[in-house]
Amino acid sequence: MSGVADAVVLDSHGRPIPLSERGPASAWSMISFGFWLFLLSDIVIFASLFATYAVLQKATAGGPSGKDIFELRNVFIETCCLLASSFACGLMLIAAGRRQLRNFYLWAVVTWVLGAAFIGFEVTEFSDLVARGYGPTHSAFLSAFFTLVGTHGCHVTSGLLWLLVMFAQVATLGLRPTVVRRLFCFSLFWHALDLVWIGVFTIVYLGSLHA
Amino acid sequence: MLGKLTWAAIPIDQPIPLVTSIVMIAVIAAILALVTFKRWWPYLWNEWITSTDHKRLGVMYMLLGLVMLVRGFADALMMRAQLALAQGSATGFLPPEHYDQIFSAHGTIMIFFVAMPFVIGLMNFAVPLQLGVRDVAFPVLNSVSFWLTASGVLLVNLSLFIGEFARTGWLVYPPLSELAYSPGVGVDYYLWSLQISGLGTLLTGINFTTTILKMRAPGMSYMRMPVFCWTALASNLLIVAAFPILTASFALLLLDRYCGFHFFTPDLGGNPMMYINLIWAWGHPEVYILMLPAFGVFSEVISTFSGKPLFGYHSMVVATMAICVLSFMVWLHHFFTMGAGADVNGFFGIATMIIAVPTGVKIFNWLFTMYGGSIRFTTPIYYSIGFMATFGIGGLTGVLMAIPPADFVLHNSLFLIAHFHNVIIGGVVFGIMAGYTYWFPKAFGFTLDETLGKAVFWCWFIGFILAFTPMYALGLMGATRRMQHYADPSWQPYMIVAFAGALLIFAGIGLTVVQLGWSIHTRDRRRVPMGDPWNGRTLEWGTPSPPPPWNFAVEPHVQGIDAFWAVKTRNQELHKIAESRYEAGHRPHYETIHMPKGSSTGFITAFFAVFLGFGLIWHIWWMAILAGIACIGVLLRQAWDTDREMLISAEQLEDFDRRHPSLGAQR
Repeated sequence: MSGVADAVVLDSHGRPIPLSERGPASAWSMISFGFWLFLLSDIVIFASLFATYAVLQKATAGGPSGKDIFELRNVFIETCCLLASSFACGLMLIAAGRRQLRNFYLWAVVTWVLGAAFIGFEVTEFSDLVARGYGPTHSAFLSAFFTLVGTHGCHVTSGLLWLLVMFAQVATLGLRPTVVRRLFCFSLFWHALDLVWIGVFTIVYLGSLHA
Repeated sequence: MLGKLTWAAIPIDQPIPLVTSIVMIAVIAAILALVTFKRWWPYLWNEWITSTDHKRLGVMYMLLGLVMLVRGFADALMMRAQLALAQGSATGFLPPEHYDQIFSAHGTIMIFFVAMPFVIGLMNFAVPLQLGVRDVAFPVLNSVSFWLTASGVLLVNLSLFIGEFARTGWLVYPPLSELAYSPGVGVDYYLWSLQISGLGTLLTGINFTTTILKMRAPGMSYMRMPVFCWTALASNLLIVAAFPILTASFALLLLDRYCGFHFFTPDLGGNPMMYINLIWAWGHPEVYILMLPAFGVFSEVISTFSGKPLFGYHSMVVATMAICVLSFMVWLHHFFTMGAGADVNGFFGIATMIIAVPTGVKIFNWLFTMYGGSIRFTTPIYYSIGFMATFGIGGLTGVLMAIPPADFVLHNSLFLIAHFHNVIIGGVVFGIMAGYTYWFPKAFGFTLDETLGKAVFWCWFIGFILAFTPMYALGLMGATRRMQHYADPSWQPYMIVAFAGALLIFAGIGLTVVQLGWSIHTRDRRRVPMGDPWNGRTLEWGTPSPPPPWNFAVEPHVQGIDAFWAVKTRNQELHKIAESRYEAGHRPHYETIHMPKGSSTGFITAFFAVFLGFGLIWHIWWMAILAGIACIGVLLRQAWDTDREMLISAEQLEDFDRRHPSLGAQR
């Protein structure tokens, strides 16, 4: 969307100016870059939690292991919801970029509903486990599981709240450049959560079969 | 209603914290009364508290660091006094549970609330000026960062008066820091204050990385940036990569303490060593987050006062980035005794020694910069030379302890304490003091007193040698850290010398305050009218002192390293006729610019963050929930604020430049 980086900029003598010498970047470029850095820092938090999970995966303290308690069918549906939500988010951003208000609302609602469905599955899974006596205080493995998956769930939940705020922003401020910029940041966030979930799905859920 | 909070939390029966808190409250009340009486509130609110100007925030960071330095040093003095006394049958004046809080608070405060604010303050002040830009990438976020740090400071200080502080050392190792062994609120004070200030630090890291990578004056390519900007970049990259690990480790410990999880408990599969791995994966990069900007300051200072370009600029940049990467590969040397085995220890031992190579490159570069230069022996250059001597020794003892078998002997002894104070005082503190003296005239328009400045240096330098050389010896004799009392009377003379050294450093800190007061008092004869008192080389010296909120009325165009030096050399004739620079042909072309408005978002968010932290520490859930909602509310208000910029007209810019001449304004 910026496209500036590829354009050749010439100085007063007609020589091309290298990218690093063109002076401060545009607000769009700075904000999206800053947000990328924030996402990277968030990924480091997840990396720490993944490492913790890997260390504690076998520390079941006589309790159940992942293989005993995970229901992969539900996890698969839940994963599909999240991935579809990301796709809808992409369409939402295209609509916002084209200033198509109706399409924006349509895809934003689809994004939100699919994200909420994901959270619904997760809450069901968690409350099921707690009801069966396998809460996070049961063993180090369960602590690590609930924390890793729960932290991702908290991120998705805050994403849902953020999207609600964006509905209000679009409704009151319209699709002005600052609002579209925030929607762009939101979509980066939403896709990043997908990436993390792919890790969770692979390492936590599929990994439990191997262990 | 008030969770765990009862009247028993007030330390009526402990004279030291009680008296300290009463004095602190009295001082704060006196300051507030003075501000009210003098009607300074509107000025403070508009010009400082809601300021988004990176220079003002830098100054506030430095002030915060100075206040906390006094607090942290009071802890150091008490520890040294205790150990000078508590030998054989003498018990000293500090009971063990209080002594434990003091060494924990000392380490926590000195790293998080002294060194970090000082280093971030210097970066805030100097980096945008050196890059030739008008502010950081996200000015409001910068204010949020500062005020969140201040919230953390407030919570740590509250622990003195309400409740207690952690007794578990400055990194609160489990299982000791678990609820079962530390049931009080001390560890919670520690965790929540650092979570809140750590968020501020992370935001600073994002802000400055974006600023340096995306916001530089036209022509300032990466390899034309001053070395301080390079070191700031490395430091902020480390913040972005390392602070989330700290946040995650503290979050896991909080889950253990608040929700009964089992990450680090000794039972039900928990693994305390995992905490120690995680915390040092943050902790070792943290060493370089502090150290690298100090290296940057020395590079600027040595080059300026030697009157030469920095020797080996490219190798300095490569060495900086090499240290940045290597700092993530050595964390295990903090616990060789964990028992990871010879291969793992061997790897981390060698990795640690390798860091000495780029560091050595830097030392030689500084020496060669001075070689053949016409050195002016100012206070900052004193600190630079003192740094190379002491940091050299600190580095050597570090390499010594990087050898795992040697570390098994020296682990957790006073030798280790001497080593890391050697690098942190000799490196970070000297760098901060050099930077403070160097940039002070830029910030305020007058220099600091040189005689007093040199006296401060000698107090720090000699005091440091007296305080820590005996500890190397004591460590080899078997004295351990965090020891409140010892049986062997032959240690006492060393302990008394160390105490004397601490007193000398204390005199140095006192003299720093005196120097500040005296320099303000005599400011009229130390003015720096053209803004360039040191014959500087980088862009900040081309601005008036103090610089206007917009830094540069006209965007500078950079053509090489030492951009301002190049301007001065190019404009030799102009230099001589600086007064008549508005004659035809030399008049800069002014254009209207946008500047960010002040914002109360940072202060108000941080205000509620204190209640959020306090509520969580004392299990006052309603307070935590309300304060959390309030924080989100403030951020939402910010999201709907569409009027964030103000215009400054070309006439205003030109008028300011005419009244405040500077060498950089002529071209």
